[in-house]
Amino acid sequence: MTLLAPTGSGQPPPAPPAARSGRRRLLPYLLLLPGAAWLLIFFGVPLVQLAAASLYDPSGSLSTGYAMTWAVSNYPDVLQAYWPQFLRSFGYAGLALVLALLLGYPLAYAIAQKAGRWNNLLLVCVVAPMFTSFLVRTLAWKTILSDNGALVGLLRDVHLLAPDGRLLATPFAVVLGLTYNFLPFLVLPLYASLERLDHRLLEAATDLYASPVQAFRRVTLPLSMPGLVAGTLLFFIPASGDYINAELLGTPNEYMIGNVIDSAFLVRLDYPQGAALSFLLMAAILAVVFGYLRRAGTEEVV
Amino acid sequence: MRLSRWLADRWVMIVALLVLGYLALPILVVAGLSFNRPSSRLSYDFNEFTLDNWRQPCATSDMCDAVVRSVQIGFLATVIATVLGTLMAFALVRHRFRGRSGINVLIFLPMATPELVMGTSLLALFVSAGVPQGFWTILIAHVMFCVSFVVVTVKARLAGMDRRLEEAAMDLYASEWQTFRRITLPLVLPGIVAAALLAFSLSFDDFIITNFNAGTTVTFPMYVWGAAQRGIPPQVNVIGTAMFAIALLLVGLSSLRGRRARRANLLAGPAGHLRRPS
Repeated sequence: MTLLAPTGSGQPPPAPPAARSGRRRLLPYLLLLPGAAWLLIFFGVPLVQLAAASLYDPSGSLSTGYAMTWAVSNYPDVLQAYWPQFLRSFGYAGLALVLALLLGYPLAYAIAQKAGRWNNLLLVCVVAPMFTSFLVRTLAWKTILSDNGALVGLLRDVHLLAPDGRLLATPFAVVLGLTYNFLPFLVLPLYASLERLDHRLLEAATDLYASPVQAFRRVTLPLSMPGLVAGTLLFFIPASGDYINAELLGTPNEYMIGNVIDSAFLVRLDYPQGAALSFLLMAAILAVVFGYLRRAGTEEVV
Repeated sequence: MRLSRWLADRWVMIVALLVLGYLALPILVVAGLSFNRPSSRLSYDFNEFTLDNWRQPCATSDMCDAVVRSVQIGFLATVIATVLGTLMAFALVRHRFRGRSGINVLIFLPMATPELVMGTSLLALFVSAGVPQGFWTILIAHVMFCVSFVVVTVKARLAGMDRRLEEAAMDLYASEWQTFRRITLPLVLPGIVAAALLAFSLSFDDFIITNFNAGTTVTFPMYVWGAAQRGIPPQVNVIGTAMFAIALLLVGLSSLRGRRARRANLLAGPAGHLRRPS
């Protein structure tokens, strides 16, 4: 306001220190403005647009245009049509999470506590898969699990797999792919927590006659909780929304909710349905996340 | 008996190495397949050794066009996101202002939102605003999801910095600009470089958000996705292997530089504490 006031009106010019502190107060907003505006316009506004699209009249089409009819019924409709894919998404992501915890916890623990001077090298090995393309890596699993591959041959020979049994195009392949692709996201925060774990606490527990299992349950596990919670979320959120593994390693029988949303927007061009499904996915994930955070009771995730 | 004892002592490390093997396996397969002459377009099995794919990585020219486009988008998105994110990080660490928690939420939410939701919502926006989809909409989307990661990375570096170094510079009559140029920037630079590398790799590898906002523009991940239905040319594995090698080289170089810097600091004696490990 003062900037717009006429200067010749007899007011004394503002003292330099005051102007300086005024600029100082403005500075953080100037620094934030471009980034915050970008996020608001291209992250915030689109979410509102998506919410609106989910309430459009479902009988419209992209060419004739959609009418806003507040069609709340879109939500029960898509849920009724696609609940198996919804359940499957969370089922596969949950299964992959359990597998990832079984594989990732020992890995993070070993790097943090046992690796000594090798720990940086091993950490690079954990993130190394991310150096190459996500899709190319996932396609490599197609080769590994192939019907003519060594793995399937071996499993057939030891009768773990029927002579005509296969790994590719099964739920197993999809869960394995999900576990593989998002495992580093689980391991890194877990490592960060475990690295800070004071080894003397474990020694103290052992001195006080705790068995290794007890020491793990009562000391290591609680102290690694922040990393465990953060890692679980970083794993679960992308895994439950993923559709690349289901598409490349599975069949339509393994399709997850992401595949349905992808085809709603890009193949069937049914925007209201796709938008409603997207919102349901986000709501479901948020519900799982907050429910989990409340139970885990940690504030250190952000 | 001794074997079981040995196993009991080391089972964590053994499991860890097995898991690392599981993580490494697909990379080895990609590297192996880059030397493969596939028996048919749709075959994923190893057939015959050849160097042809490496000799002519651009035999399928669409693929190389897609790689070039991904590099262009990645570069531009990295520059814009790094500038925007670094400015935000400075505001958050160095200033007190009203509305901080709102800004924090705005930065955190894109990292917690499924990519699918961000992709579809941007698509809904562009369609309703009548914006044609292509190179620029991809760029906008990439900057959007990279900014938050830049903020978090630079913020961590800034927060771990010793403010007294800047105060010392000011005490020695450095101007505000000089202090920034000579003290603040060099100290924050590793964080900014790390953030930029992260942004580039996020952008280069993004498929889900790009897929919804690309129109007919084809990036490398989009090309691979399309080719997965029609048959993958073996050169895709050449690109995958080369990407991996370049990234590994960068990591190796930076760790070497870090080690040399630490040694130099040690020799420099008392000044050694100037570079605090972040």
